[in-house]
Amino acid sequence: MYRGDLIIMIKMVNVSKVYQGEVKVRALSHINLHIDRGEFVFIVGPSGAGKSTLTRLIIREELPTSGQIIVGGKSLPRLKEKEVPLLRRKIGFIFQDFRLLMERTVYENVAFAMEAIEIPRSTVRERVPAVLEMVGLKDKMSMYPHELSGGQQQRVCIARAVVNDPLIIIADEPTGNLDPDNSWDIMRILAAINKRGTTIITATHDREMVDKMKRRVIALSDGEIVRDEERGTYRNEA
Amino acid sequence: MKLSSMGYSLRDAFRSLWRNKFMTIASVATVAISMVILGAAWILVLNTEYLASTMESELEINVYLEKELTRDAALEIKDKIQKVSGVEEAVFIAKEEGLEDMEERFGEESDLLQSLGGVNPLPDVYRIKALDGDLVPQIASELAALEGIETVRYGQGFVEKLLSLTDWLRTVGLGVIFAVGLAAIFLIATTIRLTVFARRREVTIMKLVGATNWYIRWPFFLEGMIIGFAGAFLAVMSIYFIYGQLVQNISVMVSFVPIMTDQGVLYNIYKNLLLMGTAIGALGSAVSLHRFLKV
Ligand SMILES: Nc1ncnc2c1ncn2[C@@H]1O[C@H](COP(=O)(O)OP(=O)(O)OP(=O)(O)O)[C@@H](O)[C@H]1O
Ligand SMILES: [Mg+2]
Repeated sequence: MYRGDLIIMIKMVNVSKVYQGEVKVRALSHINLHIDRGEFVFIVGPSGAGKSTLTRLIIREELPTSGQIIVGGKSLPRLKEKEVPLLRRKIGFIFQDFRLLMERTVYENVAFAMEAIEIPRSTVRERVPAVLEMVGLKDKMSMYPHELSGGQQQRVCIARAVVNDPLIIIADEPTGNLDPDNSWDIMRILAAINKRGTTIITATHDREMVDKMKRRVIALSDGEIVRDEERGTYRNEA
Repeated sequence: MKLSSMGYSLRDAFRSLWRNKFMTIASVATVAISMVILGAAWILVLNTEYLASTMESELEINVYLEKELTRDAALEIKDKIQKVSGVEEAVFIAKEEGLEDMEERFGEESDLLQSLGGVNPLPDVYRIKALDGDLVPQIASELAALEGIETVRYGQGFVEKLLSLTDWLRTVGLGVIFAVGLAAIFLIATTIRLTVFARRREVTIMKLVGATNWYIRWPFFLEGMIIGFAGAFLAVMSIYFIYGQLVQNISVMVSFVPIMTDQGVLYNIYKNLLLMGTAIGALGSAVSLHRFLKV
């Protein structure tokens, strides 16, 4: 079957990442993978396996030491500096530590992502409440992050990630700081977003979650892919 | 960078200025001080030049004729004098007239001629006006070459001294302005660096969601430019009022001192001060962004 660029969202060919410090750290070695449009993928593995590094490569926060990465049809190593913002507009991020702006309200935090890519104010005013409604925070619009629970803060973070309608959402341990109930809320929201066609990539330690969701699982260990299964589980059951 | 998102940048710039109030005030004050110094020096230089040119245009050349000359010969010289280029008019003052003038100045009672033993020591004189103050030295030297003329006098050196004072003022002024301007740029750079630091989280998130470098930089640039403009505006207001007062007082108290009041020239200075203040602000931002916002 032909898999054109329009179907393949992310493609890595022989990607390695070596951090050159006092000691060389080989965070990723010879990674090959395809992620299609609309997939929901968990990336699992022990601490230090290279999960965060993988997500940082996809958003081009870092360049691979060797190998090719193609995201949305664009080769990241060949991407010009000026094109990076345009790439990132296609991707939404969710972080374990939320990274909200503490001195801005919920509304302002979400609007911030639209303003940053210069969306006119009238569109912002329509879109932000709609997205906040989707994550169940419409009544918390004018509150500050410190007035919210961890789960609510993470939902603000999700709202900020989806507000610009990205093709891909990348979440690095989105439930790492949350209790099981809140974690489930977050996963349900991500699943709903995925249903509408957005590709979702989630790095996680949450074993129970991964096992229940029954989605594709890519397992990393010491910077290598040790397993890649459709409808997989956290640990190899074989 | 879209024009329509300028509103966001302006809002962010003012928000930062407000958050760092004390640095904002300090840097606005520094710009204001440097612009006041610049403006004052500028106006001073213009006034000295104005004074010099006023004095030059009022400058007369006195031509003292040889004492042995007969009256006819003395009167004949007038033609030759008027042929020298640049001479506007030449007025003959006979030695008797000169003596009368002098007597008047010493007081009516005295009989100067008698006390001098009946001999008038003064020569006949031509008082000459030049078409242009600049021509005076040249006319004087041409006149000195004419026959029958003993000496030629004019405010030798005075105008030159005044003009060299202007030069000196200009150099010192430039030096001071350079130093204070540099301080202003430095302080603005520090202020911007602080705001970049205060907003580093925002900047990281902006980059992650795909803001262009220019969109990220603009608020910081605007901040510097607002600081520069505000400082310059304060300076212009101060100069406007102080100079206005000065002009009024001087024209009342020492009316003979010429003072420059050409509104066109003054407004031009004000406009340039505002432009320079804004430029200093932009420069300060640029210094900071170059070093601290490698986006
Ligand atoms: N900026 C960096 N400089 C040097 N080494 C780094 C850097 N970032 C990550 N590493 C190293 O690369 C390896 C992979 O790190 P990474 O953060 O990708 O792991 P991870 O799978 O996300 O772990 P965790 O589950 O703890 O978040 C680790 O050995 C880490 O020390
Ligand atoms: Mg990690």
